[in-house]
This record gives sequence, structure tokens and C-alpha cells, in this order.
Amino acid sequence: MMSNLKYALFTGCTAKQSTPELLSSTLAVAEKLGIEITILEEASCCGASHLQDFDEFLAHVLNARNICYAEKLGMTMITICNTCQLNSAMTKHALDTDPELKARVNEKLAEVGLEYKGTSEIKHFLYALIEDYGLEKIKDQVKVPLSQFNIAPFYGCHNIRPSELHHNVNGGENPYNPTSLDQLIEALEGHPVDYDHKNKCCGFHVELQANHTSEVLAGNAMVDAIDNNADLMVTPCPLCHLKMDTYQDDIGHVIGRDVELPVLHMPQMVALALGCTEKEIGLNFHVQKATQIYSEAQN
Amino acid sequence: MSDTVTVTLKTFRFNAETDYLPYYKHYEMEVGKDELMLDLLNRIKWEHDGSFSYRRSCRHGICGACGIKVNGKATLACKQNALELVKLFGNELLIEPQSTKRAVKDMIIDKKDFWDKHAAVKPYVVADIDPHPEHETKQSIEEFNKFLDADLCIQCGSCHYACPVVEVNEDYFGPAAFVAAYRFTVDTRDEAGEERLELTAQMGQGVWDCVKCFECAEACPKEINPIEKITKLHNLQFEKKVAVSNVATRHAEGFVRSIKRHGFLDEADIVIYSEGYLGMYKHLKTAVKMLKAGKIHWQDSLPFVDNVPKSKNLSEIQKLIEISQTNKL
Repeated sequence: MMSNLKYALFTGCTAKQSTPELLSSTLAVAEKLGIEITILEEASCCGASHLQDFDEFLAHVLNARNICYAEKLGMTMITICNTCQLNSAMTKHALDTDPELKARVNEKLAEVGLEYKGTSEIKHFLYALIEDYGLEKIKDQVKVPLSQFNIAPFYGCHNIRPSELHHNVNGGENPYNPTSLDQLIEALEGHPVDYDHKNKCCGFHVELQANHTSEVLAGNAMVDAIDNNADLMVTPCPLCHLKMDTYQDDIGHVIGRDVELPVLHMPQMVALALGCTEKEIGLNFHVQKATQIYSEAQN
Repeated sequence: MSDTVTVTLKTFRFNAETDYLPYYKHYEMEVGKDELMLDLLNRIKWEHDGSFSYRRSCRHGICGACGIKVNGKATLACKQNALELVKLFGNELLIEPQSTKRAVKDMIIDKKDFWDKHAAVKPYVVADIDPHPEHETKQSIEEFNKFLDADLCIQCGSCHYACPVVEVNEDYFGPAAFVAAYRFTVDTRDEAGEERLELTAQMGQGVWDCVKCFECAEACPKEINPIEKITKLHNLQFEKKVAVSNVATRHAEGFVRSIKRHGFLDEADIVIYSEGYLGMYKHLKTAVKMLKAGKIHWQDSLPFVDNVPKSKNLSEIQKLIEISQTNKL
């Protein structure tokens, strides 16, 4: 089905490296729905909130540069990582509300022939699907209903907080009770799992320096999902995915019980329901065995 | 004509002296459009149960006593319109203290950890001044503006008890203490800035343990945005040369190293650079799993060796780093 939606895709770093399944499933979903995607090959890392801790001004300059390339195309920039979304949107907000900072950043950008204008919006692919494309239209195209799965939506901090920043273009969820992923799961005929930790932090950002904190936060969320009968978890953020998929053994060790749960990227779940190929969905790239989900879904 | 709404308050009740476990009691009431959460707490006490306990004093959002949580959302009862919350959460509101595990009686909690941590960062101007000065200590508008919003903190504890790290790591200072540390460190009259930066740079208790969940930004009733101040404390550590080389500071600085080389982050290099080769043993098990799953690529060359896709127009990125970087480790 064609749509007239066109986006500039900021892939972020993980989709180009440790989570190739995120990029392939995103592109497969876009193709199925007739959404035109131009990958911003010029883009750099968003700083992942860590470069910001070292040199906030430099982080603004690099994020502004990324946005410049979306502006050149005259498109909305979409992200497939919550942290890319937040850091890009924070730079946009800072520059759009602080003319002095905008001038300082543009002075740097001018040296490489670029200018940040503030003409492109930034939104996560999740909200592009739900708000721009529409849940009803997605529902009409479900080939493989996910009716046999209890799916725990894990929202990830940086798409819902600070809510002030996301209100205009990025979902505008109630950060204490987000619903978009639940609605998406229902549209794909899956059963959303209601659990307290769906809007909590996974601990990814302190994986190296505060490992215990990181494992406990991830573990709390996973245990909560499992105890509420989740068969799998789905998240729009590859960093939440990496934390909860790759480190399950360590998390289980710290939390004192097994936490075996496949953690899917949001576009993987949509791709599965739209009947994309096994290769496009890329469940083989998960550390926690997830390939069975593809065959189970087809039955 | 009735413009009231029927609301059920599912209310946390607990008396540490007599109750073995907390319980939730339901109070149903008609709520008008101008009623605040504090009005509803008063009505529970005055109309239903005189033993119901909560802190309140100023009724002007300035004393910070009446902080509670409603459906998990931190709020000041005296500032918060009740029907706004009904709009957000529906007709049943879950009324809880800021931290259920610290409950003493109903909404009243033991805030000792909050006050101890707040005091630890010296939340006052430290200056050696003449007891009989001949002139006032003047500040320019620009100097004052540096801490204007951080100075609005009323120590209500909303951000502190919304922070997941405070719950997991008992050494962690928490967002309110960091706001206070920032507020006095950037005050030009103060002389203890370096000491505060060193305190808040320490692993375990300091800013490097922040998980970046933005719960504090969401919770603050004075719109101070504590995590923004946490980021500023991070940056100040480098600006004032207080930062020492450790896994966290190398992790932050390592992003520049990667972005300079590739535009993107080199996910393997950042771990090796942050941890050091000796520290890598902790990650070997995970690295092997990631290799097996195809998460670490080696189609093009050896894993871990310059195997990262490069951004188009990388020279632009390199030039921008060269002319924009302000901090060094």
C-alpha cells in the first residue's frame, strides 16, 4: 500500500553495528507500508547522553549538523532509538529557544558550509507509524496476527520523559501511563501485558560505571513482565534491547532468579505481523534465543 | 446544576507504630473544579478519619512539606488541581506517600536520607568574609542568572524519591542534592566549588551514577530540571580540571575519540577504552555471546579492529570537533 509519507532516517550507531536487525526490520516495515525513507548517511553519533556530559556544546554542534541534513531534504527526521530521539530533540529545543546558542552553533556550522534553521521536526518511528500513518491502516494490513503472544511493552525513558519535550511532535504520552505501544500491540492482535515497570528505566547508561544499579533496574522490569505472564517484551529503544537481551545472564545473577525473555525491537514486532521475511526481521541476531517466535507466529 | 466529578481516592494507610503492613482505603467524594489535592486530603481527615496524617504548612507551594505521589506522579498537594489528575488518570486516584518504604504514618515519610545527602554537599555559600564589611558583596544580573532556577528548590523531595538510583544505591546523593551542589558551586561569592565538584565526581555517590531516566525532570514541581544541572556538574568537572581518569570519565570522553574516527560510535572501542584492556575480562563472556549472535561484525575485517561504518562527509565532523571542543580529560 502506498502512502505519501517521506522521512529522513537517522539510524543512530547501534542499528549500524550491534543491532542490524533493527535497521532491516525498520526498512522492511517502511517498504510494506509504502513509507519512503532516505537514510541520513552523513549523520554522526548523537552523543548518547555521554558526550553531553563531557562537552555539552560540542554535542549540540554535532546534533545540529545531523538535523541540518534532514532540513536540506525538507523532511521530518525520524529516529529508531529513544536516546537519539531525545538528544536530537534536546538540541533542537535548545537552539529554537536560545537565539544566542543558535548563533554560536551556526558560527561553527558555517565553517563546513551548513546552517541550522529549525525547519525539520524530529520524531520517533513509533509515533510516525501511530500518528502519521495511523493504527487503523496498520491493522488492515496485518497478515500474521500476534494473537498467541502476551507482549510486554517497554517504553524506554527517552521517548516519554521529559514529557514537555515530547508533547508537540513525539507522541505526547502521559509519562506515568504511556499507551502507544499497548495500542500498537492490540492493532497487531497481540495481548499487551499490563505491568508497573513499563515506563521505568532499564539502567543501560550506567552499564559500565554502576553495573549493580544497571542490572537491578533491568531485572526489576523483566521480573515484573515475566510475573505478569509476558511471552516476550517489545521496546522502541535499541539500548533497552541491548541491556535486556544481551545481559540476561548477568541480570539473573544479580537479581537472584532466571530472567529469560525474548526482547524484540518495535519494528521487528510490526514486521512480524505484516508478514515480512525471516531475514528482514532478523531474530537470529538476538543473544537470548528468539528465532522460534517467527515459526510460532506463522502457525 | 452539578459541575462536580465523583472521584475515588485509593489511599495508602499505615501507622509504623501499630500496623504490621500498610493497606489501601477507598474514599469516595464529589470533587469540584477548583479543588486541590490538599483540599481532598483535608476532606479525608475532616470528613472521614481524623487520624489520617500528612504534612502541610504554607499552602503556597513554597514550604515543600506536602509532596505526595498520585498514580506514581510526584506532586505538591497544595499546587495540584485534583481534576487535572482525574483527566490524566481517570476517576480512581492512587494516593501514596513519596516513598512507601519510608512511610511513618500515612503520607508522612522519614526524609532522613534526603536531608543527610542534602547537607553533605554544603548547600550554602562558603566564603571567608569580613564580619564587618564596608561594602555589600555585589553580583551582576548575569552572575545571579546562573543559579536563579536552581535556587527555586524547596527541598520537597519529589525528585529524590522519584529517582530509581536512590532506591538501588544508598550512597547516591540524588538529584536534589546535585541541584544544591550546582547552585552554590556556580555562585561567584562561594569558595567551596572545587570541594563540591570533587564530592559529586566520586563514583557511587556522585553524578556518574545517574541513569539518565529524566524522572527528576518530570517530578520537580518547581520546573528546575535537575538532570540539566547534573549535566552541568559533569561538564564543570572537566572545565575545572577536577575530573580524574576513570571508567566513567573515559566513557564520556571516549565518544569524541570514536566520533572523530568514524562519525559513529565504535561500540567495541568505547568499552575497551573506558575499561582498559585489563578491565575487559568482565565483558569477555558477553562479547563471546555477541560474536555468536552476529552482533559484533567480522565479515569485513577482524572484530574490534576499525570495523565501524563511517559517516559520509566525515571530514566535516572532524573539523567541527576541532573547532568546537571546549573540554579535555
